[in-house]
Amino acid sequence: MKITRADVEHVAKLARLELTDEEAATFTGQMDAILAYVDKLNELDTAGIVPTAHAVPMENSFREDVATPSIGIDNALANAPSRVEGFFRVPKVIE
Amino acid sequence: MKFQAVIGLEVHVQLLTNSKIFCGCSTKFGAAPNSQTCPVCLGLPGALPVLNKKVVEYAIRAGLATNHSIAPRSVFARKNYFYPDLPKGYQISQYELPICINGHLDIEVEGEAKRIGITRIHMEEDAGKLVHADIPGVGDDSCVDLNRACTPLLEVVSEPDLRSADEAVAYLKKLHQIVVYLGICDGNMEEGSFRCDANVSVMPVGSATFGTRAEIKNVNSFKFVKQAIEYEIERQIELIEEGGKVVQETRLFDPNSGTTRSMRGKEEAHDYRYFPDPDLVPLVISDDWVEDVRLSLPELPAARLQRYQAELGLPFYDAEVLTATRELADYFEACLSRYPQAKPVANWVMGEVTRGLNDSGLAITACPVTPDLLAELLKLIDTGTISNKIAKTVFEEMWQTGKAPAAIVEEKGLVQVSDTGEIERLIDEILAANQGQVEEFRGGKEKVFGFFVGQVMRASKGKANPAVVNDLLLTKLKG
Ligand SMILES: [Zn+2]
Repeated sequence: MKITRADVEHVAKLARLELTDEEAATFTGQMDAILAYVDKLNELDTAGIVPTAHAVPMENSFREDVATPSIGIDNALANAPSRVEGFFRVPKVIE
Repeated sequence: MKFQAVIGLEVHVQLLTNSKIFCGCSTKFGAAPNSQTCPVCLGLPGALPVLNKKVVEYAIRAGLATNHSIAPRSVFARKNYFYPDLPKGYQISQYELPICINGHLDIEVEGEAKRIGITRIHMEEDAGKLVHADIPGVGDDSCVDLNRACTPLLEVVSEPDLRSADEAVAYLKKLHQIVVYLGICDGNMEEGSFRCDANVSVMPVGSATFGTRAEIKNVNSFKFVKQAIEYEIERQIELIEEGGKVVQETRLFDPNSGTTRSMRGKEEAHDYRYFPDPDLVPLVISDDWVEDVRLSLPELPAARLQRYQAELGLPFYDAEVLTATRELADYFEACLSRYPQAKPVANWVMGEVTRGLNDSGLAITACPVTPDLLAELLKLIDTGTISNKIAKTVFEEMWQTGKAPAAIVEEKGLVQVSDTGEIERLIDEILAANQGQVEEFRGGKEKVFGFFVGQVMRASKGKANPAVVNDLLLTKLKG
């Protein structure tokens, strides 16, 4: 798979990253090289093998439905750049 | 050209658990903003989600009740997008491997039965809430409350099998009734516990390919679903007839105008880059677990409706009204277990009880006339202690005071008069005072009989036993 500059710009936009021209060029080359390396896996015959979602062979880790104490409003908002009363305060969202 | 609408619904069902889907925070509605949060639902670095087992059980319940296969293995995935109410920058959902697949519901519209396919049901977490609070100094800024973040949801995705707004509403009502019956959702549409997005497109009648669809968001009542879909169908048809083209977009329903409008700028965000969430291990559900849940399912509305007709001998109308909600059906059955005559109980529950609830705005679970008390009242009618008519007066008093019917009858002196001597005395007085009518009756005008019955009942203040009155009157008039 060939990574194009348009791919890099699209992914950067989705991630809300602003790239300079040089960065976009550098990353296009780097990402392409990374994918080319991973592409080696395609040489293996994986027919009939279940895709692995997790590296650890584990399943079914549950908690029971019991409400436990929360951390409190001030702790919750401690790292907020801006707060008002008990809320996180964010710039207006337009819809 | 004639057009045909094609509709698919995505319904979000908020689950009635005590705690959130991936952390122990409470899900109680109406708490102070951000008071029900922790590192997991705030999306703080290093916090790890752990799945609430109850959510899985509820998902299996919903799946079985809507004829799905339960996937032996399902996986959680991250849906990536940015929005201020989504602290992690992704929503944990299910994508390629949801918990329930290939279900259906049977609906009926204008007497015609139809099977609506359900593609899948998956589990996911809710986002927080953006609030435009009226707080001094906030100006245009938005406020974020993350209490709702991480609240467990099921998303139920139908096939595009619906062909009209009425079909969509019928499907939605049926699904709503089932999740409420199952006890997994409170069904409150205004508070957002049961919300619906509608995918609507139109195509020429007979066409094999669907048109371009618009997704309508924010429809939070059955009435609005109907309005929104009907408006959207009209809009698309007009657009096409004028030579325009429907664009794939998200549209917001405005309940004030009954119209839908485009939410521009959301198009780019549709690239969600799903991938399996490495923080959550796969979910494996054994056949035994599925069977356990199946055995614990309550009797579903369709089965109950059937049983009320077949076993209790009730007409379809009664059965349908009584099974509309699980609570009403439970109330009816509680009464029936104490007074085992289906039709009279049905009449009282659909009549006086329902009227009382409507007038007072109370829920059936808060009905002041308990099944015990209603059964006692019906027994008083049976034994002839009071007439059906007086029973209605007693019922009202029971509603107001919560007192037992026998106590009210005693206190107010409402005991039915079956004593022939006393009734005879009343009849004699009335016949004497209405000689003209007596002559008419004897002259063949039998309609006057009703007049005499009314007079006697009034004179007895409704307490005379109507059967006794009839008998005595007839004897005296003819004699
Ligand atoms: Zn939490």
